[in-house]
Amino acid sequence: MTRAAALAPRHSALPPLVLAAIAVAIGWGLYASGLGADVLRYQKDIVYLVKQHLMLVGVSGSLAIVSGVALGIGLSRPSMARYAEGAIQAVNMATSIPTLGKLALMMSLLGIGALPAIVGLWIATLLPIIRNTYEGIRAVPEHLIDAARGMGMGPRAILARVELPNALFVIFAGVRTAMAVNVGTAPIAFLIGGGGLGELIFTGIDLQEHGMMLAGAIPTALLAVAVDFLFGQAQYWLVPRGVNPLRNS
Amino acid sequence: MIRLEALTKVYETAQGPHTAVDHVSFEVADGETCVLLGPSGCGKTTTLRMINRLVAPTSGKIVIGGRDTDSVDPVELRRTIGYVIQQIGLFPNMTVGENIGVVPRLLGWDVARRRRRAEELLAMLALEPANFLDRYPNELSGGQAQRIGVARALAADPPVLLMDEPFGALDPVNREVIQTEFLRMQRTLRKTVLFVSHDIDEAVKMADRIAIFRAGRLVQFAAPDTMLAHPADDFVASFVGSDRTLKRLRLIRVLEVMVAGAVDRVAANGPAVKPDEDLRRVATLFLEHGVGELACVSDDGRVVGHVTREAVAARLAQDGAGDRG
Repeated sequence: MTRAAALAPRHSALPPLVLAAIAVAIGWGLYASGLGADVLRYQKDIVYLVKQHLMLVGVSGSLAIVSGVALGIGLSRPSMARYAEGAIQAVNMATSIPTLGKLALMMSLLGIGALPAIVGLWIATLLPIIRNTYEGIRAVPEHLIDAARGMGMGPRAILARVELPNALFVIFAGVRTAMAVNVGTAPIAFLIGGGGLGELIFTGIDLQEHGMMLAGAIPTALLAVAVDFLFGQAQYWLVPRGVNPLRNS
Repeated sequence: MIRLEALTKVYETAQGPHTAVDHVSFEVADGETCVLLGPSGCGKTTTLRMINRLVAPTSGKIVIGGRDTDSVDPVELRRTIGYVIQQIGLFPNMTVGENIGVVPRLLGWDVARRRRRAEELLAMLALEPANFLDRYPNELSGGQAQRIGVARALAADPPVLLMDEPFGALDPVNREVIQTEFLRMQRTLRKTVLFVSHDIDEAVKMADRIAIFRAGRLVQFAAPDTMLAHPADDFVASFVGSDRTLKRLRLIRVLEVMVAGAVDRVAANGPAVKPDEDLRRVATLFLEHGVGELACVSDDGRVVGHVTREAVAARLAQDGAGDRG
């Protein structure tokens, strides 16, 4: 399992109390410096753009989780063994393309707007999930599969009751990494016409309007923390205790 | 009953065909334990894995309870055969109760029935059900995990049990304890057991029949006592060891060589053995006390007979046709 362990980040989500303290500190800082009022002037924009932003992240992220896990499972099937390593190499190479580059590529293929942004984010999010799903399933010890077959489990039962549960921690690690990439990249979607909070951030920078910039940056930061917290909790509670390093240390 | 008929497995390798199992035939009666013994690479594990079709035979037949296994769907077949492997293979994502319930669940038992069965098996293995049912495998010692591996194989009460070096990963002390426990359980369960081992001492202790393999061929198939008394060839003789007569001592009980009735020459307060003990104890007392005769004393302290060197020698000279009682 050393291979799987190496793929799993050990950081745990910040406890809610710490988050609340940070939020209070930021709020007080904004109020004291007078920037708070500046930020609040953009309230309407914030509400509208947050919705748009969540749509980008939600659609591309959930598509990536579903398709990434499915592709990872597909590659781990014995019938795919001949192509799997090559495919994973390709995935690794694609991962090394900067996400901004991926978005630019999508714009040249699909034009501007929400669609190329979602496709670009989807691809960026997809790759770590495929890789971790594949590696996580491959790291399930051979003797467990042997025991499962010997007891009369069919291929589907082996996948559902042995392979996936034992790979789940590593798969979740991939999903967390992928979603961090997704949320971190989403503001850039603005540059190819995808909208979202990037609109406030980039325009704020261009106009040197700190209030406007923060009106985009603060919700983006909170969203990143919230998403990581959410998936951290899911990883903690959904992965069975017997194969969850977070719960038996 | 399990019958193997000219069972053969040929693997195609880059260096040409390799015969892993070569026309192996034998028969194990219901309720008997047959140990497949031999050095590594002799074909014993491949033979075992052909019985539950984890390995497809190249040719030959396997008949279990009168049914040719070729006519049964392999997945269905495996649910009727208990399987224990050396690495134990408990699923780390499942609790002990869920692990034991794997085959019952495949057979469609409901949750309550699966749980009852797991409790029953844990109790039989002297593991407190309340304490173990909801533990995960990483919270078990090696010995506990191996016991639960056996419980899992017995869960759906299969008539046949395949065990691939089941106790091989345990330390010698634990192994001895689990072997004894398993023998005690087997006395009441009377499963038909095929047991792969490379350890002659384990084979002598566990087996009603030993099948000894060399390079894919079955070299000898006999009761342990017979094999130790009359190894078929030099290979078997060297595999069972030059101390094979000493190994036979554990197979013979005092009762079999005892001359009934008390004898004046043997002091009742001298060294004594019980009728149930085996001849290892007799030999030990002969040597320790420099005597050639021992009193046999029953559990309630009565002298019921005596054992002499001559009687022991006469028994060892026999074929060893006697099965273990």
